[in-house]
Amino acid sequence: MSDLDKRLTTEEFAARIESGMTVGIGGWGSRRKPMALVRALLRTNVKDLTVLSCGGPDVGLLAAAGRIGKLVAPFVTLDSVPLEPHFRAARESGALAFEEWDESMFLWGLTAAAHRLPFMPVRGGLGSDVPRHNPRLRTVTSPYDDGEELLAAPALRMDVALVHVDRADVRGNGQFRGPDPFFDDLFTEAAERTYLSCEQLVERFEGPPQSLLVQRQNVTGVLHTPRGAHFTSCAPDYGRDEAFQRAYVRAARDPQAWRAFEERFLAGDEDDYRRAVDDLAEETGSQRKDASQ
Amino acid sequence: MTRTATAATRAEVCVVACAEAWRGDGEVLAATAGTVPALAARLARLTFGPELLLTDSEAMLLADPEDPTHIEGWLPYRRHLSLAARGRRHMMMGASQLDRYGNQNISCIGPWERPARQLLGARGAPSNTVNHPVSYWVPRHSARVFVERVDTVSGVGFDRAAEAGPAAARFHGLRRVVTDLAVLDFATADHRMRLASVHPGVDVPLVRERTGFELQVPDEVPTTREPGAEELRLIREVLDPGGARDREVPA
Repeated sequence: MSDLDKRLTTEEFAARIESGMTVGIGGWGSRRKPMALVRALLRTNVKDLTVLSCGGPDVGLLAAAGRIGKLVAPFVTLDSVPLEPHFRAARESGALAFEEWDESMFLWGLTAAAHRLPFMPVRGGLGSDVPRHNPRLRTVTSPYDDGEELLAAPALRMDVALVHVDRADVRGNGQFRGPDPFFDDLFTEAAERTYLSCEQLVERFEGPPQSLLVQRQNVTGVLHTPRGAHFTSCAPDYGRDEAFQRAYVRAARDPQAWRAFEERFLAGDEDDYRRAVDDLAEETGSQRKDASQ
Repeated sequence: MTRTATAATRAEVCVVACAEAWRGDGEVLAATAGTVPALAARLARLTFGPELLLTDSEAMLLADPEDPTHIEGWLPYRRHLSLAARGRRHMMMGASQLDRYGNQNISCIGPWERPARQLLGARGAPSNTVNHPVSYWVPRHSARVFVERVDTVSGVGFDRAAEAGPAAARFHGLRRVVTDLAVLDFATADHRMRLASVHPGVDVPLVRERTGFELQVPDEVPTTREPGAEELRLIREVLDPGGARDREVPA
């Protein structure tokens, strides 16, 4: 239909990310994380990233590989497994610089960046230890009669946002058919550049127009990455791979097991990854069959 | 199938004690973390609180708490946060630590700079507590949870809200803390935590012993009410036939 084609390979994408960048990652916990893009970053040497995320295994994998200079997040979780093992280990060893935000502060920090404002006022955070742990946070006094002193959530500006959707076109429009877009479209609006990965590239979008939340003007590159959110969920295309997530958590407990996990799943490209995942599923499946006999 | 009515288990007493947190709240979202509070919110909706709003724990509002496919609205993350900021929610959260003024910690144990045990992170606890009513559910009442001082303040207690000024205190209000032993509230002159009732079969010294700070205890401590026959039927046959409640509060 037009010549506008923003498709990139994962290698082309990864080559555009530089050490020291601020990278926002969409999704939430262990849901619709742009895992193929995260895996692509793990195959490069980028480091010292400032990562902004409603954190899940994206944070876990990058932290385990020592790529995060600073994490800005309201939480890190795997949902069905409440605590993210690599995030825990990184915090407990003192290796991870952490800015802990409240969720509503995070929302308004992203909104401020998307609106080119220096900050947004927010009540959340007042009275808690979040401002005590983060000396860059300031309050702001309402100039109106109420005179309320609120927290000024600073704009969460970022060089790059990584977002995974289930449908996109080559021009960079993206569609969420699942239950919750989380902050993803805000990330695309707050970032200088967005790389959008998708389950399927389409010529024409189907479904309600309200699901077309990512606009091409905010997207620099589009990547077709089937099962690109694995092992997190990507509703309605697939749910979380709980067996794989359990294997991830088990491996993360022990350095030797983790090296074996990296070797098996993260040493190759996305095709290798999908094959290794299928092999594991087959093993687990046959084990289950054995157990039921 | 007929079921012989048996006495309520501790888990069932807890479900009802949690449900009572939402009595009289009107048309607000009953948000929860944990199994017992989730059952409790649905029980409240099916009995004395038909106005309450419930989610499927993701982005859908349920028209019928017995039918997760019957939805009445869409509440994705961002709209959920806006609803909370408007105060149209009463959430029952968990707590890894709680102090006598209701300061809650879900962030980490030990020094924040380098924790002995990193937990979830603050999540929405700071904003929840300064925007709308909050209650807490503690499935195992112990001196490790009820501490003199929380290691870090995620959810804001009464003293810290007052200290932070009118903007923090304006919509702040902790309602109750339900544990496997008792119901606690903050109905004292300076909002120190008070023993409101002990569950059937629990005595006051046990609660004191498992609380790491000095609890306000009235001269007469009532007993938490027993679930009614209809409540027991709903819990056992409709809401939790699989007995998930017993895994959170073992008999």
